[in-house]
Parts: sequence; C-alpha cells; structure tokens
Amino acid sequence: MIGLGLPRGFVVTLKNFIRPPVTEQYPDRHVGLLGAAKEAGMNPFQFLVKKPADSLKAIAGLATVPVAVKQSARFRGNEFTYFEDRCTACASCAKYCPLGIIEIVSVPGKIDAQEGESYKLEVFDIDIGRCMFCGLCVEACPYDALHMGTNFERSKYVRDELVISKEELFDAPKRPSAFYRPQFEENNFDPFKETIEDFHDAGRHEKKTYDELKKKWVDER
Amino acid sequence: MAIKTQPVTVNLGPQHPSTHGVFRMRVMFDGEEIVDVEPVFGYLHRGSEKLAEERTYTQIVTLTDRMDYVSSMLNNQAYILAVEKLAGIEPSPRGVWLRMIASELQRIASHLVATGFLLQDLGALGTPLIYAMRERENILDLFEMLCGARITNSYLRPGGVFMDAPAEFWPALDRGLDDIVNTIDELETYLSGNEIVFSRTKGTAVLPPELLINASVTGPMLRASGVDWDLRHRAPYDYYDKISFERKLHTASDNYARYWVRVQEARESVKIIRQCIEQIEPGEVRPSFDDVPRLIRPPAGDAYAAIEGSKGELGFYLVSDGGIAPYRMHVRASSLINLTLLRDMLIGGQFGDLFVTFGSVDLNMGEVDR
Repeated sequence: MIGLGLPRGFVVTLKNFIRPPVTEQYPDRHVGLLGAAKEAGMNPFQFLVKKPADSLKAIAGLATVPVAVKQSARFRGNEFTYFEDRCTACASCAKYCPLGIIEIVSVPGKIDAQEGESYKLEVFDIDIGRCMFCGLCVEACPYDALHMGTNFERSKYVRDELVISKEELFDAPKRPSAFYRPQFEENNFDPFKETIEDFHDAGRHEKKTYDELKKKWVDER
Repeated sequence: MAIKTQPVTVNLGPQHPSTHGVFRMRVMFDGEEIVDVEPVFGYLHRGSEKLAEERTYTQIVTLTDRMDYVSSMLNNQAYILAVEKLAGIEPSPRGVWLRMIASELQRIASHLVATGFLLQDLGALGTPLIYAMRERENILDLFEMLCGARITNSYLRPGGVFMDAPAEFWPALDRGLDDIVNTIDELETYLSGNEIVFSRTKGTAVLPPELLINASVTGPMLRASGVDWDLRHRAPYDYYDKISFERKLHTASDNYARYWVRVQEARESVKIIRQCIEQIEPGEVRPSFDDVPRLIRPPAGDAYAAIEGSKGELGFYLVSDGGIAPYRMHVRASSLINLTLLRDMLIGGQFGDLFVTFGSVDLNMGEVDR
C-alpha cells in the first residue's frame, strides 16, 4: 500500500518511544530520594533528617546504587570454584583443555592404609588470560572438584595477575555455576546468594551400590 | 552537456563500520557509478582449519563457535553432524530435538542481525538495528539458560548436547517465541511497506538465478531468486523430515527480495520450534560414555555433512586417519561463497547502493576468513 507505509512506520516508532526502556544499567543505577532511602533501609523522611547531605545528592540525581546483573545459574564465568578435598590430581582437566592452559604438578604424598596412595598437589595454575570458558575442563572432572565460577569482573592491569594460582583457587568464594552440574539445579542452589562450604555438598553422584559396581567391574568384563 | 569525469579509486575498509567486520574493497568510481571492485579479505584469518588438526573431536566444537560468530549453534550443528557421520554415532533423540530448537533460535537471531544491519546500511541509523538487537538479546538470554554462554556456546557434543534444558527454559522459550513474532510483525509493519525502503532496495543488484546457481550461491540469496533450494527440505538432516514448514520464495532477486526472504524465514523458524516443542520427548540428551567416549577415534575415512545455515549451505568435511584428531578439516563457508558474486552485484551500480548491496549478502567476516 503506497502512501501509508511511512505513517504506519511512525506509529511503530512512537509506540517504542513511550514503552519502558529495556536498557540495563551497569554497574550503577541512578536513584532518586525514594530509591536512596530504600537502599539505606529507612523511610524518606527519616533519610532527609538523618542524612541531609545524601538526600540533597539524591534529589540532584547524583546518588547511585550498584546493580546485580541478571545471570542464569549455568553462567560460565571465571573465578573457578575448586574443592581441594575432592581433587585427586588426575589432571583430566588439563588433558581436556583445548588450549592447554591448565598446569598441574603433583608429587606422591603419603600412603594411607585405608585410602591407598594419595598425591599432593604442588601447582595448579589456570591462565585465565587465554581461557575461553568453554567449560570442557569442568565437564572432564570425574570427581566434581572443579566448577565454573559465576563472577565475571576480574579485569587486571598486569597480564601475570590473570593466572589463577592454587592459593587463589583455595581462597576464592565457593560460588559454583550449575554448568554441567545438574545436582545444583536439583537442589535449587543459587550461586548468587549462597556459597558451598562443605565439599560433600558439591558431589554429583549417588554412591554406587555394591551390585552396580560388581556388574560394572566383574560381570561385564 | 555531459560533464567529463575521471575514474577515482577509493579504498573502503578494512575498518569501516559498514563492512560488517574487517573487509576491504578497492572500488573504482566514475562519478557516482561503480566501475570496478576488488575485494580484499583475510584480515581475520585465524587458521581454524589448521588448528583443528591438533585438537580432539570434542575440542574442535569450541573452534567452530568462532567461525560465524552470529550463528554459533548452527556451526556446532554442522560440525557435530560431520563427526557423527564420520564415527557412526547414533545420536540421542532428545539431544537432537534440543539442538534443533537451539539452531532454529540461532537462525532467527542471525536473520534479525542481518535485517538490522541492512537497514543500518540504508541509513536508518540506530532505530531498526536496536529493535532487532533487542529481540536477539532475548534469544541470547535463552542460550545463557541452556548452556551458560551467549555467543560462544559450545553446546553440542557428538551424539547430542551436553546438558538438558533447565526447567525455567521452557516457559521462557514460550514467552520468547511470542515476543519474536511480535518483533517481526513490528519490523514488517514499518519496513515491508516503507516507501523509502522500496525506492532504495527494489530493483538494485539484481542477479539472475542461473548466475547464482553457477556460482553455487545458497541460502536466502538463492531463494530470493525463486530457486527452491533448502537443505532442510532437500536433504533432511536431524529430524527435519518430521517437521513441516514452508519454503518462502521471492522471484525478484534484488536487495528487497533478500530482506523479505530472511524475515519470512524467521517466521517459519518460529513455527519449526513450536513443532519441536510438541514432539520433544524425555530421555537422555547424549549417549552414555560407554558408547561415545570423550576421546573419539573414528575409523579412517572421510565424511561431509552440510546443513542449511543462516547464510547458506554450511558444510564440514572431515578426514580421519584413525587418530584422536582429524587429519584434515575443511569448512564450506557459505559467506565466502556468497561473496563471489560481489562484482556482478556492484559493477554498474551507484555509490549509494554499495553498502546496501553488500549488507544484503549477509556475510560474516569470521566465517569468510575463518
């Protein structure tokens, strides 16, 4: 229909002009007086009386509050979560990494009569500067010791600081992503609110029964 | 009185915002008319095919993401089909349905980007592009729910996908599909009848179907000339034989026809996804590691698998020597092959139509250079 195309187009742009914006503010969001008072946990009048300087700032439109970015639970971020007690230093992650950026050095440790020979981990470096967060290392981990993290704000000024060392892995907050870890989704674990302290909670498998093990290792051989 | 003009050679790119990446053209103009075009590419060459020779079959999935970075899922699908053909893997039904849903979503996203940037090249700065990208953002959110990444997905594995969709994915997908239909309606309301779009795109860069077939051009460019060639219909892969969909054809073969075919295909993709949701059944999403181990060693031989990508036939050719990594990998990149007719499209045209025509090819430099 020649002649009506342009006006109809302008109706669409007008509709979009008056709809609420979809832009997400990051890292801070501007708030007015009400928002600033809500952030401080009091009602606006209290806020005006108790914090006059902040109130003036908020009225002038200068007050900001940090925003939590909308992320899904499977988000593949950095700051890998690592449970030392689950790791056997098998180096599956290093073998499976497409770029070969995981470095593992392990030495024979103590020999336990109950648990057999164990290994001591000396080096566990992940070069985040070259990592592409494909998650194949996490997929390869047979004991759920390594998980993807959920954080993504890890910019550094020096390239060497991008290498996550063993100590940093130990101390990092345990906020594992649900990537390739269906047990977290089943337990409704929210990595953005809570952390996992006990390494038992990060496990994937139910303990296999004796019959299942026998079937796998004896009957099928 | 005719004004005497002198041919002028202008270098466009490689960092021009309208070249959709790092593409460079040496164009000779006679006044406003284009006399000669010489495309120069290779600025984004990363050697993906060579890199694949030293990676295992599962690790190569991460390389295919980065080839055509606005349709990663489709690249994954084409590659995985080649691996399954090479190694004789029987995929899990639910995994196949999931990857069909994912790849159709990716096709919509890719066509939205193509449409948005075509209009950007027309001079509609911002508005249509933002509307298209806003909708693509919702699709990327769905991908983040599925696999944890938005663009470099690596979602597919030999035999299916790595993880089942989460519970919140299905309601979000239903809502997303309705939004997509609304957005396409919106796009069509203000573009498909727009006189400015008509006058700029109709009748420009017309390519006869014989020429397109001779140059082995595929995808929306070919269907815009009236040739009914869609691999989903001609050589159904995955479960496309259980799906019914229309092949939208246009006969004009100009820039407007290419735009129109893309928009209609996005609508058809929505219908395909709805049928997939109806037919998907519970089960495992990938074969067990006893059947398909992480380290696949296909028997010596070769395999070629092709899918209908967002830009045309996207094929992967793999040669195995029995080892854990392919002996050779070759990609039939549709963007590169669609680019071969650039001279035929541009020469004789006007300067103002240059970028519009270029945008209507919908090329992606990541795929052209690989």
